[in-house]
Amino acid sequence: MVKIKDGLVLDVEGLRMRYGATDVLHDVTFQARPGEVLALLGPNGAGKTTTIEVLEGFRARSAGRVEVLGEDPARADESWRARVGVVLQSWRDHGKWRVRELLAHLGSCYTGYTEPWDADELVAAVGLTAQANQKIRTLSGGQRRRLDVAIGIVGRPELLFLDEPTVGFDPEARREFHGLVRALGDTTVLLTTHDLHEAESLADRIVVLDGGRIIADGTADELAKLIVGEDEVRWTHDGRRFTRSTTESTRFAFDLFREHGDEITELEVRRSSLEDTYIALVRRAEETSR
Amino acid sequence: MTTTALRAGWDRGVVELRQSFTNGADLWGHFFWPLLMVGVTVFLRDRTFAGFQLGALVLPSILGMNASMAMVSMSQQLTADREDGTLLRARATPNGLVVHLVGKIISVSGGLVVDLAIFLVPALLLVPGLAVDAASWPTLAWVLALGLAAALPIGAVLGSVFTSTRSQGLLTLPILGLIGISGVFYPVTALPEWVQGVAQVFPVYWMGLGTRSALLPDSAAVVEIGESWRHLETVGVLSAWTVLGLLVAPIVLKRMARRESGSTVAGRREKALQRVG
Repeated sequence: MVKIKDGLVLDVEGLRMRYGATDVLHDVTFQARPGEVLALLGPNGAGKTTTIEVLEGFRARSAGRVEVLGEDPARADESWRARVGVVLQSWRDHGKWRVRELLAHLGSCYTGYTEPWDADELVAAVGLTAQANQKIRTLSGGQRRRLDVAIGIVGRPELLFLDEPTVGFDPEARREFHGLVRALGDTTVLLTTHDLHEAESLADRIVVLDGGRIIADGTADELAKLIVGEDEVRWTHDGRRFTRSTTESTRFAFDLFREHGDEITELEVRRSSLEDTYIALVRRAEETSR
Repeated sequence: MTTTALRAGWDRGVVELRQSFTNGADLWGHFFWPLLMVGVTVFLRDRTFAGFQLGALVLPSILGMNASMAMVSMSQQLTADREDGTLLRARATPNGLVVHLVGKIISVSGGLVVDLAIFLVPALLLVPGLAVDAASWPTLAWVLALGLAAALPIGAVLGSVFTSTRSQGLLTLPILGLIGISGVFYPVTALPEWVQGVAQVFPVYWMGLGTRSALLPDSAAVVEIGESWRHLETVGVLSAWTVLGLLVAPIVLKRMARRESGSTVAGRREKALQRVG
């Protein structure tokens, strides 16, 4: 097994992607450590899919250094491929196959490289036991997605890629899917999403990509601090409701009480949300690039 | 690792083969054409050409034609697998492309052998004028094996070059034309010489000639070019196609596979859905 240098699962430095005369990725740099769940967050067209496809080894880059599990995905061999899982957005492939049959077949391709999942255990782990012998084309959307995850992890990968995993999901299916990802344990995960709540709920760390550039990189809390968003303070005084936005909500509340004492009622402080931060970040990045 | 891949490929082929005999649409495909062809030979059995019964001449030719059509099924299946994302899955799996290709070779050739039997067994009983003896079967076996070896790589190349199910449809026309000039339904010597020249470049003619040599009496060779079964030339042309195919196919297949990614599959899905909607 190749030793991972500096304990990094993903090491991307100065990644550039150019189609014709347009750059879709400029100098993208980030890392991921073992076991980390990293979200690549950004609006549509930010370059998330291009980035993940370069890391998956499905797309050649224009410039930059990329190491995934210690190897360059553009030149990596089949033993590297066996250590990486990709959850693809299925459409109608393998429709005639049965769930268990396909998982057993794909698992058998990993023999000699990794310890693939036992097909029955895997079917149970993703909650498809009742559908194990069903033809894949007869699965519902949510069931099919669970099968996609099962296919992605059948070889017990050290690193799992999820590209826009919950696009088109209803809230129920989304919650179910998030539960599956959280149950992955030690696996390092890189997921792309344009949904901030998904990034916040799944990821240890969020890398924000916009216009092909990384504009922020940190935990949800760090991102919120990075841009001081304005908190909202509401209170009632003399039977009237007041609302004020401020960056210094604690100080403001203290001053409010000092001035009016117990005449202040129904005090509410709403902390600036990550969503506000994200929107502010993207807006600021777009203004500077103009 | 190579043994793992070959075994997985074999298993994949067997599963796909079984699937194609356990669902209605595929079963229809397996039985419709062979049985239609049986009908054609029965219809032609009382007609004669140069003193030979046409049904007897046509029967082995159809066998050869069907075998060379493995090229078409290979090509269509590869295109379909690319369009629906099966190939991308293969790309995401260790040795997945080898496994996929071995599986395809097993399932396409296995399906073909069954199709040939579906045609051959009733046709042999219904059509008089054939000379089937102990020597027929080895000849038939090597002609079909070599023919498949020539047809499958060409099919893989065509499947890589024609990128959509729609453009695969365009392939049908030249292939029907090729069958028309390859002496399947009428002896090739009845056609103008330049057409005979064109036909002899492609494997369809040689497959038919080979199967005729296996199943017809030697006297029937008089209706062939040069009044001979020309086994040497058959081996030569089919081997040349095999070598050419084996040289070109890996290059084209790799190039095609390299282009597959999540976004290309998603793009095709969108296009296909627009077509439907």
